[in-house]
Amino acid sequence: MITAGIDVGSKTTKVVILEDGRVLGRSSLVPTGFDQTESAQRAIEEALQATGLGAAAIERRVATGAGAKAVPEAAEHISDVKAAARGAHHLVPSARTVIDVGAEEGRGIRCSETGGVIDFAVNEKCAAGAGAFTEAMSRALELPLEEMGTLSLKSQNAVPMNAQCAVFAESEVVSLIHAKTPKEDIVRAVHDAIASRIGSMVRRVGISPEVVLVGGVARNVGFVDSLRRGLEIEIRVPEDPDFVGALGAALVAAED
Amino acid sequence: MAEQVKEYWRWTEYNWHDPQVDPKAAESITAGVDVGSVSTQAVIMTNGTLYAYASMRTGSDSPDSARKAMQWALQDTGLTPEDIQYCVGTGYGRVNVPFAQRAITEIACHARGASFIYGPSVRTVLDMGGQDCKAIHCDEKGKVTAFLMNDKCAAGTGRGMEVFADLLSVPIEEIGAMSLAVDEEPPMVSSTCVVFAKSEAVGLLREGWPKAKVLAAYHAAMAHRVVNLLERIGMEQDFAITGGISKNVGIVERLKRELGVEPLKTDYDAQVAGAIGAALFARALLSKGERK
Amino acid sequence: MGTLANYGYSDGSGDWYIRIDTGLCTGCGDCVTACPAGLFELVQDEYDPLSEALVASVSPAHRKTIKYDCGPCKPVGERPRLPCLAACAAGSIAHSW
Repeated sequence: MITAGIDVGSKTTKVVILEDGRVLGRSSLVPTGFDQTESAQRAIEEALQATGLGAAAIERRVATGAGAKAVPEAAEHISDVKAAARGAHHLVPSARTVIDVGAEEGRGIRCSETGGVIDFAVNEKCAAGAGAFTEAMSRALELPLEEMGTLSLKSQNAVPMNAQCAVFAESEVVSLIHAKTPKEDIVRAVHDAIASRIGSMVRRVGISPEVVLVGGVARNVGFVDSLRRGLEIEIRVPEDPDFVGALGAALVAAED
Repeated sequence: MAEQVKEYWRWTEYNWHDPQVDPKAAESITAGVDVGSVSTQAVIMTNGTLYAYASMRTGSDSPDSARKAMQWALQDTGLTPEDIQYCVGTGYGRVNVPFAQRAITEIACHARGASFIYGPSVRTVLDMGGQDCKAIHCDEKGKVTAFLMNDKCAAGTGRGMEVFADLLSVPIEEIGAMSLAVDEEPPMVSSTCVVFAKSEAVGLLREGWPKAKVLAAYHAAMAHRVVNLLERIGMEQDFAITGGISKNVGIVERLKRELGVEPLKTDYDAQVAGAIGAALFARALLSKGERK
Repeated sequence: MGTLANYGYSDGSGDWYIRIDTGLCTGCGDCVTACPAGLFELVQDEYDPLSEALVASVSPAHRKTIKYDCGPCKPVGERPRLPCLAACAAGSIAHSW
């Protein structure tokens, strides 16, 4: 059975096409525009092109993400939490704690041996608790987002960050730059700060190995390192971590 | 002090003193300095009456800002810093007033200052500053009976307003009035978070919303948030608003509408409330026998 | 008559305050030792500058991270009695969440 999972996130839209538990192809990270339906359609087309299939080949579509309702012809909508847990479990069957950090929300999920959700906690509606924080800091540092991670790993100094808000942290970063603090130390402080907030949220669901990190922010090696240090546990990051939600949706689509 | 650079966040800095008063004839000369994260005020009182003050943007060095504000307040008064018998420092960096004899929390100083400015009937004071928002209950003497302070989140603060002023290229002193220039109040922006509200605003602008309407949606959300804070602590009359945002008519109007309460008016500049409270505490401590 | 001191903040995700009633607080300091996150401290009453009584306060370092600091004591699912509330005989501490 060929299914498609469509994850319309607040920043990017992702589509995964699946057949019998195997990924046939996926879209790129399509920016979620103001017209979410249009973004979803674009992402679906891209995924189809990647697989060489026509739209009719997809037997069932399941949508997830902030813009799930905008996805055309979705048989079902599932929560981000359910999608992340299913997708992570498929890639790492021993996953028991799934941490999903997206652009606008951070989630800590305790999942079962079958990839079901036992409990979860969310950091929502506050930019400091999700990827929007790192993005705002990358602008303040005049550093491309993709370079934040590797630069962070070069830091030898833990510089404290007092601001708990993305707006105030931006000013703090500017002050640190003026005080000639090395950029790698500032970036590390940014990652330590957000990792601390995510970590505190995850502790509320309890941490049991294996811990799997998914979502766009998982690509940031600096953040992963900060989270590892903060939680004092090994963290698995699957390939294409941003597509795990869409994968989970595609898996759920195949279940019925 | 005024600069001609087009910076949308910049507001007017000023100083003032009462030319009718001869400070040298005063029995007590006390001072209060309020170093906020965005603005610094210095107030000089003679015999517990307001004599002089200055308000300016806080620079990167707090002690320096405190000194400059004091100098500016003293300008043309014939007084020197040595003439000040007792000085209390307060504000966000209240420990950073090096020439103060004592530091007192900004909350206590604001309550005391508001009670001075608005009179003994004031019970609820809302202070919206550059980087924080406070709701304070006080008694007839200006003593704090309850408070709630939020300096973690930019929503409802001057900084939050600056982000929008900047986004829309409108001088911050005008955003309040512009937010009222709408025929019908639009729905509030759905995000309290300034970062997410800003993205929402970009979307609204693309949909063709005029600036005034976007500002209305944002001001409505911020005013609503402030009302929630007040309701958490309880709204008891009389009600007064201090802090930089007390000058934002867009917020003040909406608060009046939602609370159904008319805030007290004053001829004093409410932004100086904290520094006035500090100067009054200085006088109380002086009477108690404390010395420089 | 003391002060109802609300320490914490509101942000997009909600209201997170610990309230201490300084009028009820006896300055015993049991909350200081009970809290695993070290949130509390005993200080001279900040809201009554002319008084010298010691009362409990949330230390400034923790006021902006209250939601996160209290996290471990407030897991999802079954929540045991909060150590600070259990320690305070005067009943001067309250949580908004």
